Amino acid sequence: MTTALAHSTHLAVRTVRILYRQPAYLAFTLIQPMVWLLLFSQLFERVVELPGFGGTSYVAYLTPGVIVMTAMMNAGWAGNTLIDDMDRGVMDRYLASPVRRVAIINGILVYQAAVTIVQSLIVFGVALLMGARYDGGVVGILVVLAAAVLLAVLFAALSCAAALLLRTGEALIGIFQFLAFPLLFLSSTLMAPALLPDWIGTVATFNPVDWAVVASREALAASPDWGLVGGRIALLAALAVVMTWLSARAFRAYQRAV
Amino acid sequence: MSESTRLAIEASGLTKTYGKGAKAVRALDGVTFAVPAGSVFGLLGPNGAGKSTTVKIVTTLASPDTGEASVGGIDVRRDPAGVRRVIGYVPQKPCFDPTATGWENLTLQGRIYGLSSRHIKQRSAELFERFGLTEAAGRITKSWSGGMQRKLDVALGLIHRPQVLFLDEPTTGLDPEARADMWSEIAELTRSDGLTVLLTTHYLDEADRLASRLAIVDRGQVVAAGTPEQLKGELSGDTVQIELAEPAVNGHARTAIETVTGVREVATDGAMVRARVGNGAATLPGVLAALDAAQIPLASVTVARPSLDDVYLRHAGRSFQAADEAGTKEVAA
Repeated sequence: MTTALAHSTHLAVRTVRILYRQPAYLAFTLIQPMVWLLLFSQLFERVVELPGFGGTSYVAYLTPGVIVMTAMMNAGWAGNTLIDDMDRGVMDRYLASPVRRVAIINGILVYQAAVTIVQSLIVFGVALLMGARYDGGVVGILVVLAAAVLLAVLFAALSCAAALLLRTGEALIGIFQFLAFPLLFLSSTLMAPALLPDWIGTVATFNPVDWAVVASREALAASPDWGLVGGRIALLAALAVVMTWLSARAFRAYQRAV
Repeated sequence: MSESTRLAIEASGLTKTYGKGAKAVRALDGVTFAVPAGSVFGLLGPNGAGKSTTVKIVTTLASPDTGEASVGGIDVRRDPAGVRRVIGYVPQKPCFDPTATGWENLTLQGRIYGLSSRHIKQRSAELFERFGLTEAAGRITKSWSGGMQRKLDVALGLIHRPQVLFLDEPTTGLDPEARADMWSEIAELTRSDGLTVLLTTHYLDEADRLASRLAIVDRGQVVAAGTPEQLKGELSGDTVQIELAEPAVNGHARTAIETVTGVREVATDGAMVRARVGNGAATLPGVLAALDAAQIPLASVTVARPSLDDVYLRHAGRSFQAADEAGTKEVAA
């Protein structure tokens, strides 16, 4: 356990160092959320005139969704780090050493969490400049960060598991093209829960993207329902842990194939 | 000391098949060998012969379908974690982290083996010094030369002072100068550190130069094993090597030579005809006369002592180069 923790820390130093040395990558990942925030929120500005949005501006409604969405979309590519390591001899070097399998995954998850925090704060900043206001304050923002990080961890772990099972970058891209948009549209990310068709509302309660969005928006409200926030965060955390465990298990499948 | 403690690596009857049904590829078909401690052992074979698969099994990266292997007396299947602590592994593909400096590379590797930072600093400085990397050590490794990067790969495998170091094709892709440099480093490893090195290579000259013992692997089996001298010594006599001006007539050339007194066996490979003979100098005039009589034009003729190429030809039934090219095609396909 201590070894796994120590190995995780050392491998996280490696991945976070890449982020610090190549900040251009981070700027690149901010293009998509800026399009949602600057263009999509303007295009659908008047959607909040529908009953069910509760009198807020659409930018204010959309921002937690953009944060969550960005966290998910970027985490989907996390497995590419493993694929790069497999294409080089780095993975073989790790696997022939005493390094804990879960530490290899954790190194990537820590990197993804760091990226998500920086991205989320920048998106928040831009939204505030665009006039979005929240009653939730600092606690609300911390909950949004927590939800975004947990969702990022969940999808990064899924991406790592897929990378170990499929072993090619193309297959990884295919899977996330297939997953990302349905998960986005089967949630209240873009549209108020009260206005969702019944069946989508039902499906959304099983969708981790919706858990993160609901917890985030609720925590930013004037008087949050902390039971709802806590429940959704707990679900996200539990699923993230299970997925991390599964991705560490996926090393067995990888080793059978090499 | 008992026999088993003096053996650094033992493998017996290793088999491994990749894929299922019609697509199944038998990578290993009963590989058996033993490596005495403190020596450089070469696994020599053409591309696709099963060398890397063998190394993957002995380094715990892959499991054999059947057979057993142990490193330093530790069974690879029963205690893979134990094996990992005593080995260093330098894969065929580059395994350094190109985004990090030399120091950062070795520091992470040292941490993985649980070394203290003081110990890591000291050992890294020692390794950089030894491989001539001290000046570059603080720079990002992406910009290093290929030869320096490969030496860093080897340094990564040595940080924790392993008992056994596995080098999978250590000089493939290096220019001749970097290759010669790497050879002297590898030779030094067993001399000064008492390390056991298992080296795979598809370069005959590399195996001949570095390995004190070797096993020739072909189509997933060990076809010959021993010291390079033993293997070459088993082939008594010399080789007369004839390069024809016209590859198409190699059949005629073979027929013409086979009946000459002193010629034992003749093998052809394109424009090259090789004849095993008892005494090269004595037999050559007869061979030339026979070719002349058959009106076969020649490009060159040489007489040589047996080489590992001849050993391979004898045991695998095809020339090393032809097998290597066939293997490369299979790997690419």
